[in-house]
Amino acid sequence: MNMGRAHWLYLAPALLLLGVFLVYPSAETIRLSFYGPRSDTFVGVQNYVRAFTSRPMLIAFRNNLLWLGVFTLFTVGMGLVLAVLLDRVRYEAVIKSVIFLPMAISYVAAGVIWRFVYAFRPAVAPQIGLLNAIVVGLGGQPVGWLIQRPWVNNIALIVVGVWVWTGFCMVIISAAYKGIPREMQEAARIDGANEWQVFRHVTIPFLKSTLAVVTTTMIVFVLKVFDIVYMMTNGAYDTDVIANRMYNEMFQFSNYGMASAIAVILFLAIVPFLVLNVRRFRVQEAVR
Amino acid sequence: MKRKLLLKRLPVHLIVIALAAVWLAPSLGLLVSSFRPRQDLLSSGWWTAVITPSQWSRFTTANYRDVLTQQGMGRAFLNSFLITVPTTLITLTIAALAAYALAWMEFRGRQVLLMTVIGLIVIPLQMTLIPVLRMFNAFRLSGTFPGIWLAHAGYGLPLMIYLLRNFFGALPRELFESAFIDGATPFRAFVKLVLPLSVPVLASAAIFQFLWVWNDLLVALVYLGGFEEVAPLTLRLSLLVGSRGQDWHLLTAAAFVSMIVPMIVFLSLQRYFVRGILAGAIKG
Repeated sequence: MNMGRAHWLYLAPALLLLGVFLVYPSAETIRLSFYGPRSDTFVGVQNYVRAFTSRPMLIAFRNNLLWLGVFTLFTVGMGLVLAVLLDRVRYEAVIKSVIFLPMAISYVAAGVIWRFVYAFRPAVAPQIGLLNAIVVGLGGQPVGWLIQRPWVNNIALIVVGVWVWTGFCMVIISAAYKGIPREMQEAARIDGANEWQVFRHVTIPFLKSTLAVVTTTMIVFVLKVFDIVYMMTNGAYDTDVIANRMYNEMFQFSNYGMASAIAVILFLAIVPFLVLNVRRFRVQEAVR
Repeated sequence: MKRKLLLKRLPVHLIVIALAAVWLAPSLGLLVSSFRPRQDLLSSGWWTAVITPSQWSRFTTANYRDVLTQQGMGRAFLNSFLITVPTTLITLTIAALAAYALAWMEFRGRQVLLMTVIGLIVIPLQMTLIPVLRMFNAFRLSGTFPGIWLAHAGYGLPLMIYLLRNFFGALPRELFESAFIDGATPFRAFVKLVLPLSVPVLASAAIFQFLWVWNDLLVALVYLGGFEEVAPLTLRLSLLVGSRGQDWHLLTAAAFVSMIVPMIVFLSLQRYFVRGILAGAIKG
């Protein structure tokens, strides 16, 4: 359809909001990142230098890397395993709902749920946290899951993320899995392939692009992870992450220059995935 | 033969059921605990209340009464609706108009505009917080519902436009041609043809945006943080964790109050939610 300038009427509200809430602020944040705490003195790259050298930031980077590896591996891995296994049971729908349900609730609620699972009491008191009750029941000492640094508490936080996001991965991978022509797997089985070989040589190659999409989605999420850490430890005991640092620089220390620099670093880490998204979209468009 | 198959499948059943149990246990603990009196909660694990029938009579709704009336969760419940429902309507209306133009109107720069929208999907919110907060303070929008409606709409638009445009774009061209031959205006075609045909995808998008806004903490924290009277459930609950972190009888009940609406939406409209996720897997 061609009708002069009418299209701008349809686009105007969207463009206005996108401009006001995404485009302009992003540009402004880049500018602010070169200014001091109050945004009035130009300090060059000083904020960035500090971001890459200060101890709290280095811990945040380390933790984000840990999230990146462990979280992504487990959400995508378990999503894949569940998608394959659930295809073989008749009560698939019920189990899927159970695994997928955490996706619907907030991280704030998930935070409360898991703080309770991790609740810690001295060995003499009855354990009210599920996890420590199991540990004590097996004859161990209660563990301060959210306090014991550096690995136990960070992994404990990552588990919450895995609990929330595995269902998402499962749903997407499962949809792709059901798209595999049955004949392909059957043919491999008739040729004498065992289940593992079918999985390795038929299923995985077929799911490759889906796995790539799911993995990049998880990575983009992980880089921005905020609510879970904010709710469970607020970064205490070396569990801080980049997004939480940004929030604290902004509100706790009112250092707007530093907070902006951290936001820009976060953004730069995500840019490759932005490029990927746009590329994938162009390929999609080309075949449309 | 049948028994052999069952035996072969046994490990699969065991793994699947075990995983489901692990996934369910934390929420189950929350639910059970929210109905236990304070002293019980502190003296024994929630599972003992489930497996000891003599304790069943001790279950109470007092925690819920307390969080809804004393702890401000009742007001927050209303606030969550006042934030979420208008936001969803605004976002969807604006996104649908834009998606229609991007799918069916020809103009220069359309592709560039489209790429920009796709790119904006993954922009981290953190990139926008400080300038928007300053803008809000200057225009006295901090702590107001219209302020947060607009902010959420802005943040939600890229994904919503993407979802809707993909669907609109797949509608058959003849549909529009015959409508225009019959003398329909583009707007009439939009309202009478496109929207009715897109109900499933509109539902997916609405559920997506609804859950995202209902469950949001960061945006509420930054733009409504200092204003308790407009705080949504997530914000109120996070304050409660800060002030009453060991009062599990209150925290569990409050958490459940914040979960009830998303869970109802999820359980009744799961089909559309899944569809939205499958179509929008691009979002981070």
